[in-house]
Amino acid sequence: MTYPPAASDPQSAVPLLEVTELSTSFRTGRGLLKAVDRVSFRLGRGRTIGVVGESGSGKTVLARTVMGLLAGSNVEKTGSVRFEGQELLGAPNSELRSLWGARMAMIFQDPMTALNPVMRIGRQITESLRLHLDIDRSEARATAVSLLAQVGIPSPEERYGSFPGELSGGMRQRVMIAIALACSPRLLLADEPTTGLDVTVQAQILDLLGSLQYERNMAMVLVTHDLGVVATRTDDIVVMYAGRIVEMAPTSRLFSSMAMPYTEALLASTPRLSNPSHTRLAAIEGRPPDLTALPPGCPFAPRCRYAQDLCRRAAPPLVTAERPDHLYACWYPLGARTGPAPVSHSVSS
Amino acid sequence: MAKYLAKRAAAFVVIIFFVSLGTFFLVHLLPGNPALTILGPNANAHNIALIDKQLGLNRPLWTQYFIWLGNVLHGNLGQSFVTRESVVSTIAHAFPIDLELVVISQIIAFAVAVPLALTAVRKPNGRFDRYSTAGTFAMLAMPPFIVAPVLVLLFAVNTHIFPGPASYVPLAQNFWSNIHTMILPALVLALGSIVIYYRLLRNDLISTLQEDFILMARSKGLSDRRILLRHALRPSSISLLASAGINIGSLIAGAFVVEYLLQLPGLGYALVNSINQDDYVTVQGIVLVVAVAVVLINFLVDFLFTIVDPRISRD
Ligand SMILES: Nc1ncnc2c1ncn2[C@@H]1O[C@H](COP(=O)(O)OP(=O)(O)OP(=O)(O)O)[C@@H](O)[C@H]1O
Ligand SMILES: [Mg+2]
Repeated sequence: MTYPPAASDPQSAVPLLEVTELSTSFRTGRGLLKAVDRVSFRLGRGRTIGVVGESGSGKTVLARTVMGLLAGSNVEKTGSVRFEGQELLGAPNSELRSLWGARMAMIFQDPMTALNPVMRIGRQITESLRLHLDIDRSEARATAVSLLAQVGIPSPEERYGSFPGELSGGMRQRVMIAIALACSPRLLLADEPTTGLDVTVQAQILDLLGSLQYERNMAMVLVTHDLGVVATRTDDIVVMYAGRIVEMAPTSRLFSSMAMPYTEALLASTPRLSNPSHTRLAAIEGRPPDLTALPPGCPFAPRCRYAQDLCRRAAPPLVTAERPDHLYACWYPLGARTGPAPVSHSVSS
Repeated sequence: MAKYLAKRAAAFVVIIFFVSLGTFFLVHLLPGNPALTILGPNANAHNIALIDKQLGLNRPLWTQYFIWLGNVLHGNLGQSFVTRESVVSTIAHAFPIDLELVVISQIIAFAVAVPLALTAVRKPNGRFDRYSTAGTFAMLAMPPFIVAPVLVLLFAVNTHIFPGPASYVPLAQNFWSNIHTMILPALVLALGSIVIYYRLLRNDLISTLQEDFILMARSKGLSDRRILLRHALRPSSISLLASAGINIGSLIAGAFVVEYLLQLPGLGYALVNSINQDDYVTVQGIVLVVAVAVVLINFLVDFLFTIVDPRISRD
């Protein structure tokens, strides 16, 4: 399959995905829980954006809201999600269904629970093919087998008839990728596609995703709590905390001059490749805030070693740094501190 | 697979052995003396001893058991002292009626419970769900001896939609009139199953629908209906099947009651008659056949599990 280069695309002026002021709240017993709070970002065709944040920062809820999968009487969504110019927020289910699987697809966080345990994996791939592409049973089967081969599953013909329980975690994750990519979607939302896998398998899966993405000119939102994962594989990075974007920049820029103490703390807690036993984030000290009752100031202030009075009083807005593509929400960004440092810097640390 | 089957077959033989023991000795504890029954007014000590000797009843109970077991294994369940009919032929006439009754009742139960559950879970605790829950519980509260006359009154006496009691037509004679006569009894029998199957399936479906793989199926663009039928139903039907399997025993008991109420010449009917006539050879045969049937069906259900849900290992 070939794709026209982006420049000849008549719609190339419109970004593939444009998320504006998106908020998602859950009505819970303890009050309104704002899991995603006024998030905006854009993603161009074939590009990759990394979404990082510690556990509970709202990454999964963001990805699912973008896809339109979160529904229910206890969910409130505001803002806008435009996919190829089409508004998805509030779109009828029938409209979303024609996009799901065909134009946008999702890889779920846990390969152990996201595959139907009582359905053969071949069927789980072909049902999507048969639904969206006009092909017959045998064609679908052949396509599924070749997809299994493409995602690096040995003896795909035999594996076609396996049940998920007969496969290892890494293999199941590959099956999920095969399912997600079956109909060559334009956008892939990958929600922690490697969490829980051992490090060598993690690297393999991420490399695989990268090359498939390149082949297919597919855009990807790569969700992870591991900054190390996104360091070499994304164009831009969005850093989330307590449902908000707290820093956003092109990947290289973020790593060369990160502004947020939280981003720094995330990086410090990134598991080392040499430490294979590590699958979950070595947590940043302190506890994530209660999303139903956020403090008045910066939500990270109670845990921030640079925090000052202002931080506890007023929440910092998301502003641009000296470069327009670098946004952060911090009163005392890291780089600036080396210059005319805020007076109490030495006091607080 | 072969290993699994061999293991199950061994277990089956052991269980059946104990079932036969139980059947034999329990029935021998029943009051009544066959010699008395046979001799009637001619009963005296001499004649009774003669008959006992003839029937082997003077031998030790264990010897009698092994003689009986040997005959059973050769397909011979003995001959009734009362009717002179061979027990095998009595059972062969009556058993298909029970089987048919149970099968039709289960078809009705599934045909009602499954669509009801599938519809209810589209909106858990919605109006439909609440009404069908209330409705099925009402069914559970009504025992067959109340439901049967009411249904007869409604469908047979008043409207003639179905024939009334004691109008059994053998299957071989006329297929459709046979089915026609069986529907009312089967319906009475089905009511108890419907509520159990509905509740189990509804609850399991609701918990299955929370699973990640359902969201995954949604993210493929499948319709709600397809997700329900293709993804949610099968992993939700384990307890349903299990309860159907366990339910078989009580269904047969229920079938006996229904046969008695609606005058169907099935095993239950035959059993009640033979008990009333002290016909313990026939009682023995019927109890044995029913017990073996229940065990057999439970094994079949076990085996079905491994097909429906590959997570259940066959080892
Ligand atoms: N259905 C829901 N109802 C109520 N609260 C929810 C629901 N789903 C998520 N939340 C809450 O929203 C917040 C964000 O959760 P989310 O799963 O998006 O975090 P995450 O960043 O993906 O974390 P992880 O790294 O552990 O996957 C959490 O506080 C969570 O408790
Ligand atoms: Mg998550």
